[in-house]
Amino acid sequence: MAKSLGPVKRKFSPWTDPNEKPFIRFENITKTFGDYTAIDNLTLDIYEREFFSLLGPSGCGKTTLMRMLAGFEEPTSGRILLQGKDISGVPPYRRPTNMMFQSYALFPHMSVEKNIAFGLKQDGLPKDEVTARVAEMLKLVQLSQFASRKPSQLSGGQRQRVALARSLAKKPKVLLLDEPLGALDKKLREETQFELMDIQTKLGLTFLIVTHDQEEAMTVSDRIAVMDKGVVMQVATPAEIYEAPNSRYVADFIGDINILEGKATAVGGGLTKLDCDGLAIAVADEAPCTAGDSIAFAIRPEKVAISLDAPADTSVNTFHGEVWDIGYLGDFSVFIVRDENGRTMRAAQANIARLVDRPITYGDMVWLSWKAESGLVLTR
Amino acid sequence: MKFTRLDATVLTFCFAFLYIPILILIVYSFNESKLVTVWGGFSLRWYRDMWSNQGLMDAAWITARVGVLSATLGTILGTLAALAMTRFTRFRGRLLFSGMIYAPLVMPEVITGLSLLLLFVALGIDRGFWTVIIAHTTFTMCYVAIVVQSRLVTFDRSLEEAALDLGCPPVKTFFVITLPLILPAVISGWMLAFTLSLDDLVIASFTTGPGATTLPIKIYSQVRLGVTPEINAISTILVGIVTLGVIAASLTAKSRELQRQRDERAAFRAVG
Amino acid sequence: MAVTEAELSSKPNPARWLVVLVPYVWLLLFFLAPFLIILKISLSDTAIAMPPYTPVFDGFASFGTFLSGLDFDNYVFLTEDPLYMDAYLSSLRIAIISTILLLLIGYPMALGMARAPTTIRPTLVMLVILPFWTSFLIRVYAWIGILKPEGLLTLILQTVGFLGPDEQVQIFRTEAAVFIGIVYSYLPFMVLPLYSALEKLDGTLLEAASDLGCPPWKSFWLITFPLSIPGVIAGAMICFIPITGEFVIPDLLGGAGTLMIGKTLWTEFFGNRDWPLASAVAVLLLLALVVPIAIFQNQQQKA
Repeated sequence: MAKSLGPVKRKFSPWTDPNEKPFIRFENITKTFGDYTAIDNLTLDIYEREFFSLLGPSGCGKTTLMRMLAGFEEPTSGRILLQGKDISGVPPYRRPTNMMFQSYALFPHMSVEKNIAFGLKQDGLPKDEVTARVAEMLKLVQLSQFASRKPSQLSGGQRQRVALARSLAKKPKVLLLDEPLGALDKKLREETQFELMDIQTKLGLTFLIVTHDQEEAMTVSDRIAVMDKGVVMQVATPAEIYEAPNSRYVADFIGDINILEGKATAVGGGLTKLDCDGLAIAVADEAPCTAGDSIAFAIRPEKVAISLDAPADTSVNTFHGEVWDIGYLGDFSVFIVRDENGRTMRAAQANIARLVDRPITYGDMVWLSWKAESGLVLTR
Repeated sequence: MKFTRLDATVLTFCFAFLYIPILILIVYSFNESKLVTVWGGFSLRWYRDMWSNQGLMDAAWITARVGVLSATLGTILGTLAALAMTRFTRFRGRLLFSGMIYAPLVMPEVITGLSLLLLFVALGIDRGFWTVIIAHTTFTMCYVAIVVQSRLVTFDRSLEEAALDLGCPPVKTFFVITLPLILPAVISGWMLAFTLSLDDLVIASFTTGPGATTLPIKIYSQVRLGVTPEINAISTILVGIVTLGVIAASLTAKSRELQRQRDERAAFRAVG
Repeated sequence: MAVTEAELSSKPNPARWLVVLVPYVWLLLFFLAPFLIILKISLSDTAIAMPPYTPVFDGFASFGTFLSGLDFDNYVFLTEDPLYMDAYLSSLRIAIISTILLLLIGYPMALGMARAPTTIRPTLVMLVILPFWTSFLIRVYAWIGILKPEGLLTLILQTVGFLGPDEQVQIFRTEAAVFIGIVYSYLPFMVLPLYSALEKLDGTLLEAASDLGCPPWKSFWLITFPLSIPGVIAGAMICFIPITGEFVIPDLLGGAGTLMIGKTLWTEFFGNRDWPLASAVAVLLLLALVVPIAIFQNQQQKA
């Protein structure tokens, strides 16, 4: 399934290289709390220098997985390997991982400097080395002039950077980031995302980030693991996750998508044909299914064209209906179209011109159309 | 909820009710006359008498030592108990444990006192200074446990996890992270334990022995004989010490809070 | 790496278990064990146990003889002598009336504090706590000077002309004085839990009620009071339980006619030196308080 889709940020894809050894390996991990299964027989590989995201709704087990790597939880069964060595039973204070906490967990009774130096002092480093390293970290996060302040004297964004500096100070093999930007406002969050990526590339560290924010995961990660109920649904690059989700769950979780349930009618010749309750659709992909299987058709709204007249090209898939609702999102408008069977489908159109003479409005009968290459078949 | 004139009246009367008896007591400690109803002019006579009353002074000294020792022991045990209750959500006998923490708070003192006395007799321990300390430690540790526990439940556990994550072993983490942060609660627990010990008559009466007469026991035996201005004088001093202590404590807390607010405003400006 | 996961997970670890063990053992030894001893002594024969009582624990071998030696004479005696029954009932009556009085005074006071401007609330709380930090004994003592016949209250009432020059206030050494003393001493204990329950109350709830057409007096009974019930229960229990066993107040302010079980116990113990009987009195007092203590415990566990 490793199709190359979309541009890759940098030439970095160790997961495609069969000779590459994983840096971190979660091997058949199960974690239960009483009757509740937080992680269910999960196996996952993360490579060195990768920026890896665990993405999922709250309660999907992503935080538990990260806390197991940090050593705050022990797996009920399974092993965690770091550079091939089993780290089960190693307490958190002996693990070469450091964590940036969601609440930042800055020690309120210590200055910025002391916070950053804390981990270094635990290693018993000589004083001048500690001082030099702290200065280096402060410079990295641009907080040198705040060294002697207490955390309560800093803004949210500054605290976030102190927390980052503190967790980076010990040069951990893996940096764990638990919802690192959750407490920041939208604008600051976007800026910080790029800062994080920059720091990661500069230091050449492995980052593991836990987030429920799909945009954040898409922006920063080399690869994303989408999790649900203690199970990894898909592990892939952001572009693959978006363009080729492997299941209804992933498709629905990331971005906006139309999903129509139906049955496969024919598979072969580079095409999968579906019948969605009377609507015949063709997809340019041979899905792993046979005629008669219950499958779903999915397409992103921005890949659906909308017009008042029937499209001239008869090879495309079409959907005819009435404009039911229009959502104006600024850069885009989303049209919700309903056919005579009560089925709805959404089409997004970039607002290239200003609003004045919008040709399509509420109640118009319109044609939605898309190419066979634009849609997807979801078998899971 | 609006603050009405009725509320103000209610509060005025209630606070008057709470404070007037103490104020009268203080005023009359400076009364030259021995009679409560007659004002004989301002005098420090009763303070001099009190000072030269060897029995009273000995009792005060014993009480102070009992207070410091039992409050310290009670604070250590109470802090441990608070940690046990907040950090160990389940262990065998936890219900009994928390029961033994809460029960002494409301247990009538005569029962606690009598039962401890019988224990000491059963174990063949001579009653005196140390038995009072054990008794006071037992009931004050429960108050400390409650005070410290209420701080611990709001304690952000991720601070400890962060310390562990940065390579600090658990015991050290307790001393460099947890303890400094809960220290205000531990100190107010100690102060509460100290004043409770200072105040106790009933439990001390049961558990004390010869040569370990505490101040409340001494005061009680004199009070039974009638009102004496000397007792007013020592009461005034006790009230004064406690009042100063409480006011000082709350002022430091307040100035710390103000400092924190200033810091936050400064941080806010730094962003803007 | 000698350190194992035990230090971070909740698995047993000697160092961590000390945290539980030390206070646990202390309380077992000095709080729970004494009750068992009290129970045993209350079941002992008065004759052997005559003062000073020195029982000998000679191991488990004699446990059988110990059991056969138990008798309920002391309890039988307690039920037969009306003095004790009266003292019980009188203690409960005084405790119930005092708790109601405390609620009636404490509730408006706590409400007033909760309604006061946020700037002065900490000061008000401190003013309530302050007397609580000052000696109980001294505060009770202060009332003697006020209430006794030739005391300050008489003087004031005579000056105002309410009483004739030869008349005196006859409150001291009556039950009324006991009520005054109890209400005065326990008021902070009642006000603080009430205040903390009322202060937590979300002001917008009352605004919502009034927005929905509920007049203030009604929203008090429909919103404020029901939400403050945990505070009422906590306050009532914190006052009721110790008041039942109160000794100092009835002893200093009450008269010969004021019967309270705490005072009876004290007298049996220090006056008559009848330890087994005093123990039986304590056990019965404890039994009477089991239910309120359980309510209090339950309330605290939830909080």
